[in-house]
Amino acid sequence: MNSVLLEVEDLRTTFYTDDAEVKAVDGVSFVLRKGKTLGIVGESGSGKSITALSILKLLANNGKIVGGKVQFKGEDLLTYSDKKMRDIRGNAISMIFQEPMTSLNPVFTVGQQISESIMKHQNLSKKEALVKSVELLKLVGIPSPDKRVKQYPYELSGGMRQRVMIAMALACNPEILIADEPTTALDVTIQAQILRLIRDLQKRLGMSVIMITHDLGVVAETCDSVAVMYAGQVVEYSDVVTLFQQPKHPYTIGLMNSLPRHDVELEKLESIQGNVPNPKEMPLGCRFAPRCPAATDLCRREMPELMKDTEGNDIRCWIYSEKWEGEAEVIVYGEKRIAESRRTETILSD
Amino acid sequence: MTKFIVRRLLQTIPVLLGVSILVFSMMYLIPGNPAQMIAGEGASPQTIAQIEEKLGLNKPAPVQYLSYMKNVVQGDLGNSIRSGRPVADEIKARFWTTVELSFYATILAVFLGLIAGIISAVRHYTWSDVSIMLVALFGLSMPNFWFGLMLIQWFAIGPEWMPEFMKMRASGWGDDWRQLLLPVITLGTGGAAIIARMTRSSMLEVIGQDYIRTARAKGMGERVVIYRHALKNALIPVITVVGLEFGGFLGGAVLTETIFAINGMGRLTIDAIRTRDFPIVQGTVLIISFLFVFVNLLVDISYRLLNKRIDLN
Repeated sequence: MNSVLLEVEDLRTTFYTDDAEVKAVDGVSFVLRKGKTLGIVGESGSGKSITALSILKLLANNGKIVGGKVQFKGEDLLTYSDKKMRDIRGNAISMIFQEPMTSLNPVFTVGQQISESIMKHQNLSKKEALVKSVELLKLVGIPSPDKRVKQYPYELSGGMRQRVMIAMALACNPEILIADEPTTALDVTIQAQILRLIRDLQKRLGMSVIMITHDLGVVAETCDSVAVMYAGQVVEYSDVVTLFQQPKHPYTIGLMNSLPRHDVELEKLESIQGNVPNPKEMPLGCRFAPRCPAATDLCRREMPELMKDTEGNDIRCWIYSEKWEGEAEVIVYGEKRIAESRRTETILSD
Repeated sequence: MTKFIVRRLLQTIPVLLGVSILVFSMMYLIPGNPAQMIAGEGASPQTIAQIEEKLGLNKPAPVQYLSYMKNVVQGDLGNSIRSGRPVADEIKARFWTTVELSFYATILAVFLGLIAGIISAVRHYTWSDVSIMLVALFGLSMPNFWFGLMLIQWFAIGPEWMPEFMKMRASGWGDDWRQLLLPVITLGTGGAAIIARMTRSSMLEVIGQDYIRTARAKGMGERVVIYRHALKNALIPVITVVGLEFGGFLGGAVLTETIFAINGMGRLTIDAIRTRDFPIVQGTVLIISFLFVFVNLLVDISYRLLNKRIDLN
């Protein structure tokens, strides 16, 4: 059951502007297994969405995938022609976006927009596709679907529109659903509904989900494994329980510290000092070094690779390598801990 | 929809009233006394007073306006001072010529403008975009009358080697297809340039929208994305321009009609202004204004058909 469906290896995407090259994604690797949910977390601008768009090759004209592999069922999507990619998009892999208010075309009815992909990928007639659209709207919990199917997006609320987007994404029974911050633009109560809907549908249809979010609560609730991204790179990749119980990367630890908790009493919430580096002027060494409380000269000089630790999780931090000298104090939930140095080997060497 | 159309129709009434008041007051704005002009120079004050009496020009302006409007509503626009024939008949004889000319010019402008604008937007910042926009800039900046004269020079008179059957006609309208081409091009070029620029910017804006990415994420081909998803949205502002252009052509046909000796409403107006034939001027301006209002109404309706969100409350 745990077969690998999608494997992203060292993905690199660069945007070219008039005066600079912006390495938006620079070394992203993860694995998505069948029926599982992978979370990609990170701050705005960390490259989460660009990673997703790169998988489907939906980048803007000035963006280019400059390296890596996107293996879908053993085939590298990056080698696919435009035409072959179009058969994948909305069919085997589909995507929903952050902004349901602007992601639907205002001049077509909900039904027209859902049936479009059914007609393309499943060769059904307009009539059959429309019938299927009604079924899909019912599936995503939209009341009186046969009325809604004839309505225009402006007649629906944000939550409804996101349901329509989900219906559209599910139209051709995709194997992978990429959800790019699907709840960010919605009210808190609607957020919970949409997350539950995605989880229920995933169980029912057996698809895999890539959940992109900046909300660790969403991760804890929905994901099986998590890739934490910082400044275009995956800095930590592990299963969700390990990530929350034993975060290793100082950035992940910082994120956890800045979460409000009900079991530890804190005067004020911790925050990570400093700002995300300017993508046009990335630090030479570890990208988190300027903000890292444990950073040494080594961190500022050399960029760490993504390394596997003894438990098989990936981490991009010198602390856990043999090169690390001495001990590092890391603060977890207000408690000082000593990060243990572990034997590691780089991914690239195996 | 019917409710919308009715409401929109009712809204045109104040506009039309305003237009008619302006048109009516033109008579007072044109220098010289109309009765004097009818009577001719050197007429005795008694004759002028008689004419004023006959035409009701001695009554207060509001009364004159009301009786003028009463006649207008019944289709009577008065009589031409010069020919003595009813203004309505004079206009009727030329109305369709101008409408036809403007209509063909609009079709040309829309056809060229849309194609050029779409190509420009889809390939923006390439040399084809730059050259299309350069040509559009020329088309926009070129004065109509000069362009018309150049066309006559090149294609109606033509170089010596040009065989007779290839030459276009530079006078008249409606007897020969060769009369059609040059005036339509003359009139339509500026509009084509405006529509091209409008389409380009509108398309560029739409192509950057989230729903275009959604369409691509569904696996739609580039052709479907551009012509179905983007164009239908991008057309909304373009439609307004097309309507305004058509209205502009109706009024702007004056120069083209003069250059190509086309007996249309524009020329009728020019001649009437020259001879101070104010009922004709009033009549043509009134008709063109009414047409303009009507075209705008059509624009609003098509706007509404394209974009269901528009509610002109």
